[in-house]
Amino acid sequence: MDLNYTSTQDAFRAEVAAFLSENLPEHIREKVRLGKRISKADTEEWNAILNAQGWLAPNWPQEYGGAEWDAVQRQIFEEECCLAHAPRLVPFGLTMLAPVLLKFGSEAQRRHFLPRILNGEDWWCQGYSEPGAGSDLAAVKTRAVREGDHYVVNGQKTWTTLGQHANWIFCLVRTNTEVKKQAGISFLLIDMNTPGVTVRPIELIDGEAEVNEVFFDNVRVPVENLIGEEDMGWTYAKYLLTHERTNIAGVGFSNAALTTLKKVAAGTLAGGRPLDQNPHFAARMAQVEIDLMAMRTTNLRVVSAAAAGQAPGAESSMLKVKGTQIRQELTSLLRRAAGPDAMPFLPEYLEGGDNQDPMGPEHAPAAAPNYFNMRKLSIFGGSNEVQRSIITKAILEL
Amino acid sequence: MDFTLTEERSMLRDMLGRFLAESYEHEMRQKLLASGQSHSTETFASLAELGILGALFREEQGGFGGEGFDIAVVFEELGRVGSIEPILGNAVLAGHLLATLGQGAQDEMIGSVISGETVLAFAHAEAGSRFDLSHVQVKADIAAGGITLDGVKTHVINGGDAQVFVVSARESGEAGDEAGISLFLVPANTPGVSVAVRTNIDGTSGATVTLSEVQLQEDQRLGKAGGSFAAIEAATAQAILAVSAEALGAMESAKALTVSYLKERKQFGIPIGKFQALQHRMADMLIEIEQARSAVVNLASALDKPRPIREREASATKNLIGRVGALVAEECIQMHGGIGMTGEYALSHFARRLTMIDHQFGDVDHHLERFIALKSA
Repeated sequence: MDLNYTSTQDAFRAEVAAFLSENLPEHIREKVRLGKRISKADTEEWNAILNAQGWLAPNWPQEYGGAEWDAVQRQIFEEECCLAHAPRLVPFGLTMLAPVLLKFGSEAQRRHFLPRILNGEDWWCQGYSEPGAGSDLAAVKTRAVREGDHYVVNGQKTWTTLGQHANWIFCLVRTNTEVKKQAGISFLLIDMNTPGVTVRPIELIDGEAEVNEVFFDNVRVPVENLIGEEDMGWTYAKYLLTHERTNIAGVGFSNAALTTLKKVAAGTLAGGRPLDQNPHFAARMAQVEIDLMAMRTTNLRVVSAAAAGQAPGAESSMLKVKGTQIRQELTSLLRRAAGPDAMPFLPEYLEGGDNQDPMGPEHAPAAAPNYFNMRKLSIFGGSNEVQRSIITKAILEL
Repeated sequence: MDFTLTEERSMLRDMLGRFLAESYEHEMRQKLLASGQSHSTETFASLAELGILGALFREEQGGFGGEGFDIAVVFEELGRVGSIEPILGNAVLAGHLLATLGQGAQDEMIGSVISGETVLAFAHAEAGSRFDLSHVQVKADIAAGGITLDGVKTHVINGGDAQVFVVSARESGEAGDEAGISLFLVPANTPGVSVAVRTNIDGTSGATVTLSEVQLQEDQRLGKAGGSFAAIEAATAQAILAVSAEALGAMESAKALTVSYLKERKQFGIPIGKFQALQHRMADMLIEIEQARSAVVNLASALDKPRPIREREASATKNLIGRVGALVAEECIQMHGGIGMTGEYALSHFARRLTMIDHQFGDVDHHLERFIALKSA
């Protein structure tokens, strides 16, 4: 039992920090620091810089252009990126689809799609949820019917994050209606430029259209875009979800948010004293810090227990529930810290414009939108209630 | 970074776990308590023979462990069976103080503590001191002829079992001053020492120790005159780790009892564990217990770090353990229903001990406030 980092790991951390300090473009860093929105161009710019360094895909094998880091290295990388205010890696291609391709895809699919994720040719989004299939994901109805060398797809996906930027979507589609719902699902890759695909944005509570509805109207998809075997999609979908949850604890994000919160609370006057000297605020802040200190260790215990390159099992559900509770509490405290300055809604400022001075301190304009945005954490990736049910079945065996 | 136990510690854990599982049952403990005993002398002797006390001391002190993870492993197993054996006040507090501050002949007593022949107790708390380690009012009067102690010590863990007390007393300054506190080795049979024993609600044993003009020699002083506060704080950090690990063991047992009960108990024709209202509460409890385990790991790892890091981790851990301990105690009782409240059922012991651990060495509020203060320091 040893919680200390090895000298190699310390050196790795220093290397990552130095790289970030030299290569993260200032205009992107500033946006992330202030909680502003990251554009498609920002993401593509940063991805290209990381890819040139060989660091864009921390969990892929080197053979396919990944960094092939172990769990601790990935954790260090995430922590340093968050502290340096680097934008988060958009996960759909890198950490969701790629593990599925690597495990269940054909060699031809791997050789075709993986390089295009790295070099930015393809932007992926996730076609999982449907209006009638949320927590009960296996209830997906989007239908794919085989016609010769094609599947013909009809139906609707929803909550498709950043689908407005994507040119490809991986979908769970129903290929068999005669069997148990889990046994009739296939995993299909669909080019969004195919005729019949329509994307409609959904404006959310934070005023941003981060998610979309995606409609499929007689969309013809070549059969070589099927992953693995027909009707086996549920197995691949679950595999993807465990990978989705590996970074779900969001420890790096929470570390950075706590650092920001402490600065903001120390620099905000409330009732004639700094806010961090208000005993009620200080107590909530200390409580979440204590939970985060334990969470860092819980996260490392879970991820380091999983074999290299593998995702943890049901234990990742624990990380999801507790990790998102901590993240949500931090965004809630940041919102409270802004006081009345949390009220003005300044979309131009959030989009990166600087022609409009924000009222109040620099962190205030994003405080409420981010708080509202982060309500999603306990809903997506399997709601926290679904995670509790997974824990009930898989760990408690009730 | 490595989250596995060393081979030695795995063996220690397995051996201790096996021994206690076979020898330490709820009914046995309740019988002991009913007969007025503070613990099982037989079990205590066996634990010493198995080297459990030795595992709590470092090699140079005569033991073969003494690091944070040794303490954590031993106390998690003790907590798992709800042990009331005199180890915490004896070895972790008084023994540690003796081992770190003792000189010459004083030091030699450690051997007999490790073998179980001598039981020590740490007489530190006083009426009104609550969780403030520097609130020492018992006076040590220094004169040419020797030292005279006067005053009353409270909540002395296993005070009725001790042959020798490590007593804190003030040579200078006043209650609340860190400077001026000294430690003395006082045999229980010293004239002027009287011990009133009582059993705590969780079955552990405490005592009030009254010192009336107790005469000591200079060589009974442990460590420097007036300079013992730092050692007391370090020993208390060890004790916080010990009770936190003990709480973790108790949580695991309470959880296991509750999971079994949810599978067995039927109402409305099905096991109550099939009801989602209970399943999700159980899942939350499991998550919090994993957080408690991480908190114990964090403190075990910080025990040898510089004081500011160690004390901040100690307060963080004790705060989290206190919160999770209350959650586990209250939720396990609730999910059991009436049976969870019966003294006959083992859960009641774990729930009482988990609750009382929050009353030892600082509760959730004390440590939250202390964590905040240490942060800004």
